Amino acid sequence: MLNSSIGKKLLMALAGLFLCVFLVVHLGINLCLLRDDGGEWFRAAAGFMSSNKIIKVFEVFLFGGLILHIIYGIFIEIKNRISRPISYNKTYASQTSYFSKYMIHTGMIIFAFLGLHLINFYFVKLGWTPAPQGIVAVEDKHDFYNMAINLFQNPVYSFVYIGFMIFLGFHLHHAFQSAFQTLGVNHTKYNTLIKATGTIYSIAIALGFSVIPVYFLFFWGK
Amino acid sequence: MKFKLKIWRQENAQAKGKFVTYELDNVSDDCSFLEMLDQLNETLVDKFDKPVCFDHDCREGICGMCSLYINGRPHGNDSGITTCQLHMRRFKDGDTLVVEPWRAKAFPVIKDLVVDRTAFDKIIQEGGYVSVNTGGIPDANAIPIKKVDSDLAMDAAQCIGCGACVAACKNASAMLFVSAKVSHLALLPQGSLEAKERVDNMVSKMDELGFGYCSNTGACEAECPKEIKISNIARLNREFFVSKLG
Repeated sequence: MLNSSIGKKLLMALAGLFLCVFLVVHLGINLCLLRDDGGEWFRAAAGFMSSNKIIKVFEVFLFGGLILHIIYGIFIEIKNRISRPISYNKTYASQTSYFSKYMIHTGMIIFAFLGLHLINFYFVKLGWTPAPQGIVAVEDKHDFYNMAINLFQNPVYSFVYIGFMIFLGFHLHHAFQSAFQTLGVNHTKYNTLIKATGTIYSIAIALGFSVIPVYFLFFWGK
Repeated sequence: MKFKLKIWRQENAQAKGKFVTYELDNVSDDCSFLEMLDQLNETLVDKFDKPVCFDHDCREGICGMCSLYINGRPHGNDSGITTCQLHMRRFKDGDTLVVEPWRAKAFPVIKDLVVDRTAFDKIIQEGGYVSVNTGGIPDANAIPIKKVDSDLAMDAAQCIGCGACVAACKNASAMLFVSAKVSHLALLPQGSLEAKERVDNMVSKMDELGFGYCSNTGACEAECPKEIKISNIARLNREFFVSKLG
């Protein structure tokens, strides 16, 4: 099964959909930052995520799924480039879904963001990188609330963050409906629903994550 | 009408090809793209130049023999047609037309604009048939088939194997072709008996021949002269999972 092109794509799609679910959970926790409660809800949610045993198991799946998605994505891209050794002079005027042509590019941008994100948060928790400093004092290496405030108070970081989220939205816009097609889910009755859900999902994720830096830059503490 | 033609010329499979530009005048807007190339070839022969080689056969849009990647689109800038059905009135007077062969590792160039599409035949040989003895014409109602299934099977069976799907796909994937062939038989009772072996063997052969992986861009569906839908690709995926897991 996994030797075949369709089998590899199935794994990519399943890993991708799992990552889609993770993003919803992550966004849910991040939106707690918008509550003006000194980080009470956010700390409680983040504390639960880093201490719960079941979540720990999911964390292994998350990193596994992510690595699988990336490795297969790169493998398939290389294979696809080999499949057309001489490229066209006039390229691809065909009508296609726009974002579908740039999945590897948006994927690489998201990967770059992931590196930055891990350095700023996850590696801090592991004690590998120093905590982001700024206008508020970071209590310890688990104090993600104050780390987030310090980062989002920096306009350059915030706008770069929003930029990354827009690319994440582009990636998800094609990814969501493409995963269903790969899984064999294509029906005239449900296609519109799947595509609309994908569009709403990708906009909600990009917008949801972008709202947080905007809040901390312009509204927090005022 | 007058055109500037930028055409891929390649002496043989081993030779390094290049684009050669030709000017062609007095082209009727009623002539087809292939007739325009015939006209060009006549002028080349008159000058003792080698004519441009291109594939063609029925010139009725049903055989799947003609190809040509014209200005970034397989079969040119019209929908649901093959190159032989593309007319010069679809272009503007004075246009530059870039004409290239299908580009894919699995479709090597033989000469100029002619490519070897034997790869499709090899995929068909792996299961694009039903193993039944032919005989007298059976009664039309002997095997009842749902109308919706027979319609979908007929839609898939329209594939003429021209290779435009591979040419249009940024990954040079043959999934639309294979899915049409798998679908048209899998949907019918006669084909369902060998469905598992068929999908398994055809997908293995497709992978072995060096076609790319489908990334669901939909370019194949947009360019297919027979308007085969990518819902067939989803069916191919389902058939494949069932063959492996069922």
